[in-house]
Amino acid sequence: MKTELHMTIDRIKCDGHGLCGELVPELIRLDDWGYPIITPGPIPDRLAPLAQRAVATCPVLALALHRAAASR
Amino acid sequence: MSDLRLLSGPDLRSGSESHADHVRRLGAPALAGRPLVEALVRSGLTGRGGASFPAGLKWRAMAAASKGAAVVIANGAEGEPQSGKDRLLMATRPHLILDGAFIAARTLRASQVVIYIGEEHGAAWTAMVRALAERPEFERRIARMAGAPHRYVAGESSAAVHLVDAGVATPTTTPPQPHQRGVGGAPTLVQNVETLAHVALIARYGDEWYRSAGRRGAAGTILITLAGGVKTRGVLEVEAGTTVAEAVAMGGGPSEPAAAVLIGGYFGSWVKAVDAWALPLDAAALRAGGLSLGCGVVGVLPASRCGVCDTARIMRYLAEESSAQCGPCFFGLRALSDACSRIAERGTNRDDMARLKKWAVEVPGRGACKHPDGAVTFLRSALSTFSDQFESHSAHWRQQQPA
Repeated sequence: MKTELHMTIDRIKCDGHGLCGELVPELIRLDDWGYPIITPGPIPDRLAPLAQRAVATCPVLALALHRAAASR
Repeated sequence: MSDLRLLSGPDLRSGSESHADHVRRLGAPALAGRPLVEALVRSGLTGRGGASFPAGLKWRAMAAASKGAAVVIANGAEGEPQSGKDRLLMATRPHLILDGAFIAARTLRASQVVIYIGEEHGAAWTAMVRALAERPEFERRIARMAGAPHRYVAGESSAAVHLVDAGVATPTTTPPQPHQRGVGGAPTLVQNVETLAHVALIARYGDEWYRSAGRRGAAGTILITLAGGVKTRGVLEVEAGTTVAEAVAMGGGPSEPAAAVLIGGYFGSWVKAVDAWALPLDAAALRAGGLSLGCGVVGVLPASRCGVCDTARIMRYLAEESSAQCGPCFFGLRALSDACSRIAERGTNRDDMARLKKWAVEVPGRGACKHPDGAVTFLRSALSTFSDQFESHSAHWRQQQPA
């Protein structure tokens, strides 16, 4: 079965450090207060390594990746 | 039919109905267990706390997850400032609510029932404590009361679980939803008190009876609260599908010509009065039109009041009621509220209008709970309903007192 990668964020944990937005701007931009806005939809394969780095770099471990069945 | 179901029986002014009177008037509930869950599904009963989620589906999921240690929370933390229906029901018909809660406990094999009530709802609290003391020992043994702080978000279901678990009524990150993992990790049914009272009647008379009330394709009755510019404000029980105009007429009509109606409370939407009158008060019908019944508040804005100023005032309230856990909600609502206040106070300026429109897209969906989503739904409805006033507002906020 084809799966796709999604990023989720624990909004309560997130303190708006903003490292994720600097690591993967293609996927995450920061709002006017420094909190991440994640591009909706599955993460393209070429960005998966960077997404993983963002997850590992988050100082409060607010980001997570999970695989789900492809929607199409 | 007689319009009254939840509120039928002795005069509401005589206070809470005793257990003896309640049993004499209504008898014992007949249905429980799986047949009741299926009756709830067929009835079309939806949650009356605000989200309008189908009660039967929630019970079905709970029944599947329960291993005999589930928890039932009867949610009477009515945080919506304009709503009064939950506290009226608790203060006058406590045993309908308790029937529903204990039927839920039997059906879902729960070992605990928590009656969760706003600490400031004095009459409701007193009535529920007294009613609980009148119940049989096997019910009292598993039940207890819990006080909700006077905060808007305290009635949110994960906040209710958090209060019971840890004494803190702030929302938590979901999933897991309470029905998956709630109090002490056990599946937890968080159900609004009005919803439980409907369950108590469906357990007696069945789903067909429930659906025999309702107009324009809607099922059952609902409690609503008339607020703002109506001759008689307060709680009414109406058939689902009753129009806004009919409901307002039951309150004696508008107190003066109306400009707009706020449907569903502070997480609801402003609708221009001319468009609002024909709307049916029914969760499904309103949702189809992009609106929501919410907790059933119908707030009438008189033409003499300024919609921009009232919107600014309500946005200030909602920003202050953020539990301040999630950045986009805490900072976003505060910024939205400040921009609204500046427009209300000093008149329209292009920058603030542009900011409002940008943030109204960016903020929703980015909190652990739906608080930012509800506030932004409300704001967007204001931007469209009062678009002319927002585009050319002159400075006059301080001249208006809160409604």
